Amino acid sequence: MPAEPSIDTPRHLFEAYERLAAGPTRPIAGGTDVMVAITGELGPIPKRMLDLSRIEELRGISLEDGSLVLGARTTYTEIRRSALCREHLPALVEAAATIGAAQIQNRGTLGGNIANASPAGDTLPILLAADAVILVGGQRGEREVPADDFFISYRKTALAPDELILHVRFPLPRGRELRFRKVGTRRAQAISKVVMALAWEDFGSTGWTNVRVALGSVAATPIRAHATEAVLDGAHPTPEVADRAAETLAGELQPIDDVRSTADYRRMVSARILHRLLRDAGGW
Amino acid sequence: MPTRTLTPGGGVTERALVIDPGQRIPGRAAGFPLRREGPAKLTGVAKYTDDLVFPGAWYGITIRSTEARAKLIAIEPDPDVDWSKVVIATAADIPGDNIVASIKDDQPVLVPIGGEIRHHAEPVALLAAPDRETLRRLKGRIKLVTEPLRPVFDPEQSEHVFAHYDVKAGDLALGFAGADLIVEGTYRVGHQEQLYIENNAMIAVPGEDGGIIIHGSLQCPYYVHTALKRALRLTPVQARVIQEETGGGFGGKEEYPSMIALHASLLALKAKRPVRMIYDRHEDISATTKRHPAIVRHRTGVTKDGLLVAQDIEVVMDGGAYCTLTPVVLSRGVLHAGGPYRCPNVRLRGRATRTNTPPNGAFRGFGAPQTEFAAEMQLNRIAERLGMSPAELRRRNVYRLSDTTPTGQVLKESVAGEEVLEQALGASHFERIRERTAREASERRGAGIVPPDPLRSHDRRTANGIGLALAWHGAGFTGSGEVYLASVASVELTADGRLRVLTANTEMGQGTKTVFPQMVANELGVPVDWVEYAPQDTAEVLDSGPTVASRTVMVVGGLVILAARKLKAEVEARHAGVPFHEAFRDDARANGATRIDQQFEPYPGVEFDDATYTGDAYPAFGWAAAVASVEVDLDTAEVFVRDVIAVDDVGKVIHPILCEGQVEGGTLQAVGYATIEEMKLHDGKYLNDRLATYLIPTALDAPHIRAILVEAPFSGAPHGAKGVGELPMDVAAPAVVAAIHDATGVWIHELPATPERILAAMHEPGLIGVMERPS
Repeated sequence: MPAEPSIDTPRHLFEAYERLAAGPTRPIAGGTDVMVAITGELGPIPKRMLDLSRIEELRGISLEDGSLVLGARTTYTEIRRSALCREHLPALVEAAATIGAAQIQNRGTLGGNIANASPAGDTLPILLAADAVILVGGQRGEREVPADDFFISYRKTALAPDELILHVRFPLPRGRELRFRKVGTRRAQAISKVVMALAWEDFGSTGWTNVRVALGSVAATPIRAHATEAVLDGAHPTPEVADRAAETLAGELQPIDDVRSTADYRRMVSARILHRLLRDAGGW
Repeated sequence: MPTRTLTPGGGVTERALVIDPGQRIPGRAAGFPLRREGPAKLTGVAKYTDDLVFPGAWYGITIRSTEARAKLIAIEPDPDVDWSKVVIATAADIPGDNIVASIKDDQPVLVPIGGEIRHHAEPVALLAAPDRETLRRLKGRIKLVTEPLRPVFDPEQSEHVFAHYDVKAGDLALGFAGADLIVEGTYRVGHQEQLYIENNAMIAVPGEDGGIIIHGSLQCPYYVHTALKRALRLTPVQARVIQEETGGGFGGKEEYPSMIALHASLLALKAKRPVRMIYDRHEDISATTKRHPAIVRHRTGVTKDGLLVAQDIEVVMDGGAYCTLTPVVLSRGVLHAGGPYRCPNVRLRGRATRTNTPPNGAFRGFGAPQTEFAAEMQLNRIAERLGMSPAELRRRNVYRLSDTTPTGQVLKESVAGEEVLEQALGASHFERIRERTAREASERRGAGIVPPDPLRSHDRRTANGIGLALAWHGAGFTGSGEVYLASVASVELTADGRLRVLTANTEMGQGTKTVFPQMVANELGVPVDWVEYAPQDTAEVLDSGPTVASRTVMVVGGLVILAARKLKAEVEARHAGVPFHEAFRDDARANGATRIDQQFEPYPGVEFDDATYTGDAYPAFGWAAAVASVEVDLDTAEVFVRDVIAVDDVGKVIHPILCEGQVEGGTLQAVGYATIEEMKLHDGKYLNDRLATYLIPTALDAPHIRAILVEAPFSGAPHGAKGVGELPMDVAAPAVVAAIHDATGVWIHELPATPERILAAMHEPGLIGVMERPS
């Protein structure tokens, strides 16, 4: 008979933790990745599934101690509509607006984007560029994992099988700027060819500090471009610096040809959109 | 309405009528019937094939090859599985010929043991079970034992030729000798998927007479009927085909439904119960037919005044693994390859070859979009070499009344190339905007950054461009096609006083169900609601030919009108002085049913010789012009098509809203073809065979499309209509690519013009060889 998975729909985190501890189960929030995989027969149908859609503890957007904290179940639509997000992290709002289209944005969640760990996940470079910290939890307790340490290899994360993503904390350092750019095949329902986030802090004469250049769709995981960050750290966004940063980035990236784009295009366009962001920041 | 008289020639008066947009509100059907099936579709009660319930029906699936080319040695069901609860069908179960009837008898229903697998998605065996989960579990348990053979993927390397044509006019050598400039170019286009909303779907129900009843999503009931008779050895009565509500076709449901209907039937006959074969999107994209990829080579001679004096064109199409409709697609492609331009010395050569990829087939435009893209690109290159406006070059060469085409066809009437060109130029302010984009381009060049450094952003974020294209589209079937078909359409006054139109022509979203009753009601002088449209069921309607080639309104619509006129005349003759609408009910009571079967008769003065490929290749041509405006992101080479002005001469507009809908839809499909729709292959397998990876434009990507309809009637049809479905598909893609050139300065000679190709071209210009004849 049909191998429909048995589905648990707990209302509280502790119940979800119990299910996770009891054996393998597939957490599902918006289902925008899980359901596609099932329908497309891209893998076996999970035997058990853990529906997170009733757990209110995973929701909510708040300001806590100078950080913006988003529950794992925050949908992209909620991000787009959030006054707090618009005020404190407009780049995330911009990213949320490029994901899928309205239907996907209504269902898809930030936690789901992180757990799915696609190299093309549109919010992930923002997490990396913003030094976000991911709070995960289970029966063994809670722990904070910096976004930088979360994405280990292709679709593999630091999340243990008995853990859930609880929330994401975005520190909001004074003077930090954060920019986002996505390049896709069309204006909606498009998986990225290149996605980039650029962050820096600028205190005037000393040049930029804490520069982050993070990209998606150019490697097996979302990545930071450390060599490029080094070029920009301590510098001002002048044309010369922008040229050097773009060249460094093109040298640093090792994208591949795949069904969505080519390695050459990804490398060239990554350099050009970084150059554009620096041009805009420098005002030249 | 304003009328305009084009320059008369040869004693023939040509009138083109432009529908005045001021006379009605765009988007409102005022005065024209609403879509018959519209309310059911809008409210969700319309029943598509997968919505139909047949108690006791099983589900069927297809076991396909996973190799591009191999010899099939054995089909081995896993001995550890209990197969008694399901049904497996193989070639050995086929009662008749193992052939999917089409032009050539080369495609098997299922590959037989010892036979050759010719593409990776080729059907080898069938499996039916009471539920889908069993199928999901068992489909991997049937092993195909094969011996690999060396596949061929390059159509130019293939030695197996499905069809070839060689059309000559004038003296090519003489033409080139008289040319001031010779331009050469090679253009390529790839596969395109039809991507109808509803996937292919068929249900086969065993009949009590040993026959089969098919319910399905399809364009051509009688194609399926023929295929059933042949492979299942059925009589015409035993084979019955019923078209259900069909969610789009675009040619994709012209031929492949025959295959699926046969598969469902084999399982149904063996299982002795109805079997449902409903493709999911992945299977539909990976296995069913696509638009033919093509390579088109041009060598053109022109005078310094821009007159074409020699065209040497070679077309190579990739037919895929089986012939399907390839010879006819190639024929149309070759006949349209020169574009809508007069040229005294022409050679048009074409061949279509076999490769080990899934078979290619019908898709809106049917060979013409491929070759007309090349023709328009070539003309743009010539205009650039001559320093002449692309509009002026077209103006100087476009066919006019009494001109002769390469097959020797004299264009005696209904020639509106000039009209659509001027309408498009005027409505778009083409030359004025082109001056502006040229000024912008020279300012960008002035900044010394075109082409920009590959790793730097441009100081301008975007560039605007405008592009023009012109096309013709042969109306109805090529050559003697309609004569061979000898279609029959009927109009009936039933014994109980109802009025019915009976044809085999299907509604798939384009409006057949609405316009046929409209035309008949118009003839009979009755309200349109009084006229019924009989179901597309081979047990009820005669063969009025397939719903393809933009022929439905033109050819079958013509038959329907003639039948209605005869019915009216007969009834009124029996009731002297009483108009039909007052007489017909009394007539039915007194005389019973009256049915007029109207058979196609060759259009007067239209003659084609298939042996020499000379004469009237088409009874008439539709003419189209498009002007596209694009914005190109100079950092990423992303193209946004802002708007398209599409001017189409359809002969006679029957229903303005549906007609505009066809122009808008065809234009959008062409914009996708031009910019993002790309099928990528590896070892003969489509890599992006899912909706997540084969991308078409979304509503956000759709340009603003302004459709302008022009009427230059065809006198052979009683209403003058020439068809509209395919015409817009021929013209928008080259307009978009011309606009991309206008914005970026690079020519993209391979569709789609992706950002990857544009960016690469921006950094290696001069990809097309241009040779100037030494003076």
